[in-house]
Amino acid sequence: MEPNYEDLGDDAQLELPSEPMRLNMGPSHPAMHGTIRMVLDLEGETIMDVDIQPGYLHRGFEKSCERGNWNQVFPYADRLNYVSPMLNNIGFSLAVEKLAGIKVPDRCTWYRMILGELARISDHLTCNSASAMELGAFTPFLWCIKVRDYVWDVLEEETGARLTHSFGRIGGMAFPPTEDFKSHVLAVMPQVEEVLLETEGLLLKNRIFLDRMQGTGKLTQERAIALGVTGPVLRSTGCDYDVRKANPYLFYDKVDFDVPVGHDGDNYDRFMVRFEEVRQSIRIIKQCIEKMADEGPVNSPDLRYVYPEKEDVYNTIEGTIAHFKIVMEGAKIPAGEVYSYTEGGNGELGFYIVSDGSGTPYRVRVRPPCFLNLGACREMLVGDMIADIVPTFGSINMIGGECDR
Amino acid sequence: MSKKVIDRLKAQFGERILATSDFRGDDEAIVAPADWLEIAGFLRTDPECAMDHFIDLSAADYPLREPAPRFDVFVLVRSLAKNHRVRLKTRVADGEALASLFTVWKGANWTEREVFDMFGIVFSDHPDMRRILMYDEFEGYPLRKDYPIDRVQPLVAYRDVSGITQPAPFGHDIGQPWARISWEDRLDGNAVPVSPTLASEQATHEKKTAE
Repeated sequence: MEPNYEDLGDDAQLELPSEPMRLNMGPSHPAMHGTIRMVLDLEGETIMDVDIQPGYLHRGFEKSCERGNWNQVFPYADRLNYVSPMLNNIGFSLAVEKLAGIKVPDRCTWYRMILGELARISDHLTCNSASAMELGAFTPFLWCIKVRDYVWDVLEEETGARLTHSFGRIGGMAFPPTEDFKSHVLAVMPQVEEVLLETEGLLLKNRIFLDRMQGTGKLTQERAIALGVTGPVLRSTGCDYDVRKANPYLFYDKVDFDVPVGHDGDNYDRFMVRFEEVRQSIRIIKQCIEKMADEGPVNSPDLRYVYPEKEDVYNTIEGTIAHFKIVMEGAKIPAGEVYSYTEGGNGELGFYIVSDGSGTPYRVRVRPPCFLNLGACREMLVGDMIADIVPTFGSINMIGGECDR
Repeated sequence: MSKKVIDRLKAQFGERILATSDFRGDDEAIVAPADWLEIAGFLRTDPECAMDHFIDLSAADYPLREPAPRFDVFVLVRSLAKNHRVRLKTRVADGEALASLFTVWKGANWTEREVFDMFGIVFSDHPDMRRILMYDEFEGYPLRKDYPIDRVQPLVAYRDVSGITQPAPFGHDIGQPWARISWEDRLDGNAVPVSPTLASEQATHEKKTAE
């Protein structure tokens, strides 16, 4: 029973000293995406301070890359941002190709763009629908997962795996596109658009959804920039930095698309920015499909880095030797260091690679977008209530694999 | 593209920019550790550079390049307004502390903690210098080249189970229980479904009743 304050008399004027309560939202928590430990200092329900402790999924990616070949990094790269693995593969391929100066055929570039945008669609659908699910809306999660599985069907046809494809290679891709690739992708795009409309129709007029998402988890643009935030989190604060527009790579300067930008930097803006980006990705994919050639090589002809065709390996001596040298010694990327960056699902995904001229990477540093976004999460959470942690943390799309590596 | 950043740095600092590079289009400037904080602050405040967007801070270990210092610490920054980038790098010896860039860019907070965690480079004036990815009891700095990749430091010690290499007490020579089920009999409808462990007793019981 609450005390009747009139009865306390003058004592009620005394400020009772109180310390903030320390609460642990531990690494395994049903409402948190991934393994993050948050130690909260609470005053009632309001968060005074939060100590975010990542690192529970640290698997030593950077150290493991140093003991294989350059091509053996691709399975590790897949498991970075494991909801959009194609974007990691492409980012790493581009980094090594920049260092070695390898040119890939145009068909490969269009192919990479399409697969990358499909991965981005699946990433944003997962993030948004999981956010909605944690607020109580279970149905949109299932709709988005259904259509994400259609996207994964396309990726499974192409790469053989739904999620961790390891499909990128230095100087190209592991296999050329299948016969029905274009028609399959074009069949899935309307399904994605339909599910977006259904999900938005269900959520965006819902009072509960709007109350929980609007006004919570605010981040100002100046703080975001100094903290190194990129991606949808930065774009929701009003800054239109997108690597695909600012520093175009692949053929992003030849396709037409917009960059959705929010203005408040709250959870609702991040949610909407992601859905709009899915629509822009669909637009990019349709243009790439038109522009991609139906025939032609997908891998670079440079035999120092790319396996030769199997007919040449078995029938010519040059093919055998080239294959042998790449398999046994690793593709010898010239010595040097380079930083190459692409737009990952969460922001600027960069690879800083150092090569010493042998076939083994010397240093592979991943610039993890959601690690820096998570560093900004403290600003977003202080001042809000515990219940706001759930949508805020979900909306930054903290993927443990990328954050902790 | 961002040549002017390097030119501006050279114009302002002259000899204190020890080396510059433009390898594969990446603009890089190498400075001494003593000038690290000042030059970083200049990159942020100078209106022509205007490097307000923090990208990354990390390190690399070169233990074999004696007598040069062992670690390369670099920071990548870009300018939102002018869309140019630069990589500022310095060389730090083992045991030497480097100034923290937290006062210049807030994003340096977590990235410097990670460099400390992985390489053991201490940043002076950092507000919160502790490990970030590894647990506090971890010994050593994993990304140094002399840290062995196969070293395991479990936080909860593994149990020492005696006889772990002995084979299982039953079944390894006659097959697993599901291999002892007669599938043809089941398909013909002759076998009564029982658990495989009872199957042998069932068979002998049936033989006795049939006789």
